[in-house]
Amino acid sequence: MNWGNWNEFFAMGGYAFFVWGSYLVTLVLMTAEIALLALRKRGALERLRAHGARAPGPR
Amino acid sequence: MNWFKYSSPQSFFPLAGRIALGFGALALLTCVAGLYIGFFRAPTDAQQGEAYRIIFIHVPAAWMSMFLYLVMAFWAGWGLAFNTRLSSMMASAIAPTGAMFTFVALWTGSLWGKPTWGTWWVWDARLTSELILLFLYFGFMALQAAIDDARRADKAGAVLALVGVVNVPIIYFSVKWWNTLHQGASISLTKSPTMAATMLTGMAVMAFGFWFYSIAAVLMRARCIMLERERASDWATRYARGST
Repeated sequence: MNWGNWNEFFAMGGYAFFVWGSYLVTLVLMTAEIALLALRKRGALERLRAHGARAPGPR
Repeated sequence: MNWFKYSSPQSFFPLAGRIALGFGALALLTCVAGLYIGFFRAPTDAQQGEAYRIIFIHVPAAWMSMFLYLVMAFWAGWGLAFNTRLSSMMASAIAPTGAMFTFVALWTGSLWGKPTWGTWWVWDARLTSELILLFLYFGFMALQAAIDDARRADKAGAVLALVGVVNVPIIYFSVKWWNTLHQGASISLTKSPTMAATMLTGMAVMAFGFWFYSIAAVLMRARCIMLERERASDWATRYARGST
């Protein structure tokens, strides 16, 4: 085990800004991408429901 | 099994959804395992202290940035050559995720460079060619967005993507071809082989995690593109009206 306690873990041997700055930004970008894709899909579905092809139901 | 069945958006759409879900779950598990190895199993580096732990996202992100570009160019080229619309949709779906990983590689590299090299940025061959990769992704997306007709946008984007492929080997071999501040092999970070082993394992597991994440994100985006482009078709409307 590398860390005696959580404070040591968060301090990252004095490199906290660099290490957590890297991990945090990466996490935010990846989560944001998935969230934006979910929103994009919802928007596409709403537009299709509002004015998609032909009438609903079986032909 | 007829593989050509899945070359049409209509039949690929539900399959892509299932694959995206599966790989999304796998990505989450793999990344958690990789972070555990990276932070709790891999020892402190003899020279860089804890700053080196940036490696567990920096290297996998850099790998993904190059790999995704190759896959994007492949699908774009395939769509250009054989006029298959699903291939071009895949290429468009890959670009933003590739750009995201390129940015992550540059960002984490910068945050790693400051404590170890003493500078956020330097115009050496590795860093500059990776920055060009980011601009290629942006260029591909901007060019496609600027052309209203989707099929023409696919073709113009494909030409740009294929020309840009020349940059990928330049990035990869830049540390060999030129005298760069960026180091060569990342495996030579440590002295003892056992230390290198856990570090390498953490890096490899994270690379798989990013890989699975990319598959999930790209297929999610491909599904959006299918719904948007196939809005005049029956299946898309039926799917939308059925999923309320």
